[in-house]
Amino acid sequence: MSSNPTVERHLEGRYKHGFFTDIEADSLPPGLDEDVIAAISARKREPEWLLEWRLRAYRKFLKMTEPHWAHLEIEPIDLQAISYYSAPKSDKDKPQSLDEVDPKLLETYDKLGVPLHERARLAGVAVDAVFDSVSVGTTFKKELEKAGVIFCSFAEAVHDHPDLVRRYLGSVVPQHDNYFAALNSAVFSDGSFVYVPKGVRCPMELSTYFRINAAETGQFERTLVVADEGSYVSYLEGCTAPMRDENQLHAAVVELVALEGAEIKYSTVQNWYPGDENGKGGIYNFVTKRGDCRGDDSRISWTQVETGSAITWKYPSCVLSGDNSVGEFYSVALTHNHQQADTGTKMVHLGSNTRSTIISKGISAGHGQNAYRGLVKVGRKAENARNFTQCDSMLIGKRCGAHTFPYIEVQNPTAKVEHEATTSRIGEDQLFYCLQRGISEEDAVSMIVDGFCKQVFRELPMEFAVEAKALLEVSLEGAVG
Amino acid sequence: MGPNGSGKSTLGNVIAGREGYQVTKGRVEYLGKDLLALEPEERACEGVFLAFQYPVEIPGVNNTYFLRAALNARRKYHGEAELDSVGFLKRVREKLEVLHIGDELLHRAVNEGFSGGEKKRNEIFQMAVLEPRLAILDETDSGLDIDALKTVAEGVNRLRSPDRSMVLVTHYQRLLDYIEPDHVHVLAGGRIVTSGGPGLARRLEEEGYAWLEDGGIAEVAEAS
Repeated sequence: MSSNPTVERHLEGRYKHGFFTDIEADSLPPGLDEDVIAAISARKREPEWLLEWRLRAYRKFLKMTEPHWAHLEIEPIDLQAISYYSAPKSDKDKPQSLDEVDPKLLETYDKLGVPLHERARLAGVAVDAVFDSVSVGTTFKKELEKAGVIFCSFAEAVHDHPDLVRRYLGSVVPQHDNYFAALNSAVFSDGSFVYVPKGVRCPMELSTYFRINAAETGQFERTLVVADEGSYVSYLEGCTAPMRDENQLHAAVVELVALEGAEIKYSTVQNWYPGDENGKGGIYNFVTKRGDCRGDDSRISWTQVETGSAITWKYPSCVLSGDNSVGEFYSVALTHNHQQADTGTKMVHLGSNTRSTIISKGISAGHGQNAYRGLVKVGRKAENARNFTQCDSMLIGKRCGAHTFPYIEVQNPTAKVEHEATTSRIGEDQLFYCLQRGISEEDAVSMIVDGFCKQVFRELPMEFAVEAKALLEVSLEGAVG
Repeated sequence: MGPNGSGKSTLGNVIAGREGYQVTKGRVEYLGKDLLALEPEERACEGVFLAFQYPVEIPGVNNTYFLRAALNARRKYHGEAELDSVGFLKRVREKLEVLHIGDELLHRAVNEGFSGGEKKRNEIFQMAVLEPRLAILDETDSGLDIDALKTVAEGVNRLRSPDRSMVLVTHYQRLLDYIEPDHVHVLAGGRIVTSGGPGLARRLEEEGYAWLEDGGIAEVAEAS
């Protein structure tokens, strides 16, 4: 175990979602200007106010520069080389039900294991599937409607629930929040919208499955989840993309709003194509996710398992505005081969008696670089704020890196902020201990890693936890030696 | 037995196949097989068990789960069907009873936050479940208070059987107050310098290693 060839062998697991679906697509030519934005808006038959909203964002975007503070090496991104809209052609006559959805699309989801049809019913999961830029089918709509829950594509929400969209869009992540959020605000194509009315406990887990299919397209989805007073919703998000040599940009924005006494649980399993073992290709995953605990006694919980993407840049955050509100962040980030991740969270305590918990598990293998970056901020008026942060890194092999950048800003003397951090190497000792009991090296590695991530996995809904565990195993094949 | 640095732990590690040791001479024949030609996990499946001097913590991995994986790896190796959780738990409970160990060990992560005594007890428990043919207990008595020492010794005595060889590596007679050895071998400078019955251990306890007529051994003993 002192040399690395065995580790390498494990790590050479193949990306299993790297297939491409040959479907006629209606795409805009590459390039970005106000005409392109107008064209996107027109394709989606958007109201005037939204086009104006986009254009305002675009003008702000033009004054901004790409951020380079993260611990990442990013090849220059040519925004003019990207097509900002790609839809399966059949979208022109928008399918009214799943039966009208192009069978090839359904086949794609089948390969991905998205239970769009009966399997969904059995699993009790409502799926809104986003394929490149449009939402292809939302299951379980009727059943959700009965409970009063709105779960639809973002584009539909713009048409059917314009007041809600107008009230909350950009209210958590302002247009000019950061470079990529501004870009998204200008060109976002589709995404999901959820509204859970007062006092309603959403009867099932809601799920969106994103997939980037067309070449040279970016995916800029926009998700907005609003939980009205005293409601509860659990939302799952999974992501995959085909294997390509070029880098593809994914710049999403997710906004969560929890009103008084509401709770939102948002879980992500991200498995975008990570590039090959030499670091060629892969998704640039530059995502802005933020939740606002706007009402008192509200709670927002982020759980993420990040195994994919060439570069991950994301910090799902909570703004704890309401008194007694709670923010949580549970994260597993795995980088292998030449993957890089700079991820973490921001917990901004504004209300009194607000609490936050951060559990971050970073795993680096191969040449992978993994950074945790987190901010805990306690505002002047946040009496008795509490934060607990635990940040653990695991290194597999000798060429990878783990980095921790915790920032703590406290403006109220009653705050209690705890930070614990550890870094460990999958020890030869641990490995030998398993081997000596008869357990193979491969099983030992996945067992040790799984144990390392346990605190996070148990926050995931059951089926997702199983998927996450399997994903980690695949991603780690050949990781120890 | 033998003074520090005489090669006791090295012997155990080499037999179990730990990395970092090079066998320059000699061979290890075990049940008609060339042990050194096997991978560490194969040796384990062939029935070699090493109770660690410092049992390793594996955070987040449940002790029961770990042990079941180990047992099933062994069964698979021998072409036997894997034990399901019911069958496995039955076996585990039997062993706990025999060893007079409570079942709180089952619910915790492998050695995580265990006291020294709990770790050693866990090693004995694993040995009981895995039923090795050759068990090497590397200073299982070190760092134990008298009660823990008794539990460990009792466990070892209960697992003694004609089908099982056990090698206890120890510095002290006190373990041997509870476990009567069949043979005592004294290792020094990487060689067995003398062998005898239980009386040999008692004499070592009284007189140290210096009485052995080997200047080299005496020096090592003093240095330690």
